[in-house]
Amino acid sequence: MSSNSKDSIKSTLVVTLLLCVVCSIVVSSAAVILKPRQDANRILDRNKNILAAAGLYDAEVNSDDEVAELFSQFTPRLIDIRSGELLSDNAVEQLGIDVTIYDQRLVINDPELSQTIPTELDEAKIKRRALYQMVYLVGQEDQLDTIVLPISGYGLWGILYGYLALEGDANTVKGLAFYELKETPGLGAEVRNPRWTALWPGKKVFTPDGDVGLSVVKGAGSGQYEIDGVAGATLTSRGVDDMLKYWLGENGFGPFLKGLAES
Amino acid sequence: MATANAKEVLMSPLLENNPIALQILGVCSALAVTTQLSVTLVMCVALTMVTAFSNLFISSIRNHMPSSIRIIIQMTIIASLVITVDQFLQAFAFEISKSLSVFVGLIITNCIVMGRAEAFAMKNPPMISFLDGIGNGLGYSLILVSVASVRELFGSGSLLGFEIMPLVENGGWYQGNGLMLLSPSAFFIIGFLIWALRTKRKEQVEAKEYRMAPHVQSESPI
Repeated sequence: MSSNSKDSIKSTLVVTLLLCVVCSIVVSSAAVILKPRQDANRILDRNKNILAAAGLYDAEVNSDDEVAELFSQFTPRLIDIRSGELLSDNAVEQLGIDVTIYDQRLVINDPELSQTIPTELDEAKIKRRALYQMVYLVGQEDQLDTIVLPISGYGLWGILYGYLALEGDANTVKGLAFYELKETPGLGAEVRNPRWTALWPGKKVFTPDGDVGLSVVKGAGSGQYEIDGVAGATLTSRGVDDMLKYWLGENGFGPFLKGLAES
Repeated sequence: MATANAKEVLMSPLLENNPIALQILGVCSALAVTTQLSVTLVMCVALTMVTAFSNLFISSIRNHMPSSIRIIIQMTIIASLVITVDQFLQAFAFEISKSLSVFVGLIITNCIVMGRAEAFAMKNPPMISFLDGIGNGLGYSLILVSVASVRELFGSGSLLGFEIMPLVENGGWYQGNGLMLLSPSAFFIIGFLIWALRTKRKEQVEAKEYRMAPHVQSESPI
């Protein structure tokens, strides 16, 4: 133990080098070998969330095996958020994006695929957004049955990520599901409570003037546009309201949805 | 320490020398991952594995470790193990790895792992160090599971996700205790556990480090 040889510069370097090599082999092989499984998990999880928003999946009823079959009715499509247009398969190919694995959250710092939202327009307080957003459609393009849109926005402690599902008329809410949030358990996190999300289906998005009417209000929400906020979670409710205003508004999916409603 | 026997090394961290209750190590994660029992259990398994294997590996190369860089070597080994555990969780327990989020990564900085590596594994042979890691992991788990049971039961009215006391929100009778869902409640519960433990085992009460001076009237005017 007390030999000095292990403290010499040479043995220090040798030990360091060996340790680094061994550790990096262990870490990288774990990462590489397990990656296919992790990716499969991620996609399964995403598909579950999309199905949940559309009201087609319930963790207590449906097994993982059914998810693939249920999800097969959805067509993943890419939207250019600046113009609100669905990209054709050719355009998607030119961008080099694979829609089966593309994740708009992962490109958020890629200058070619994302942009900074000007502060005055950034109602959802998300700072940056991907230029191309994935939407999930059921039905033919001229006669859609369901439209699932990704939404995100700042709540009280962090950004909430979720999906909003609309009926084929692009104006009636079908469902809402948040899959990631940092809100307080029991208070803000109650936006995931099925009792609260059950308030959403049937509400209308746009007023006859074309403004976003859908809103989360404090107190008793009434009528076809308003939804009761979550009790005890004013700031989270406000965050949800802000993200609706942003993502359904003129700078979000508004033009796309209105285009669908007209056709 | 040379006479450390397996049973003692394995059992004493449970109550006698508990890493959280006596050594007050690793409290940070005890606050963060104890709102749901299922998440806590995975965290406990992850930490126990990391502590045991880091002790094993560090102990097996302890005689070749240049003392000038030993802390860095320990950190490298611990970090590699934690990343590997994290990768496994993402592959085999995705839902839970999502709710543990950063806390798995933070095992790297968990004082128990470093503390056992430095205090035990550096001085003892590999097998007994491995057992020491398991023992301390179990000691940590014991406290975490107790805290999580109390928090989940009184905060959400359930245990491991099974409803025990139906919540008012879901049409039951139990009004969930919001404090239990917030981190500070873990502080109180750990405090009570330490109190109970030290009442039962008086030898754990530390000697007073200082004594409050009696309040005396000063003789000369200030």
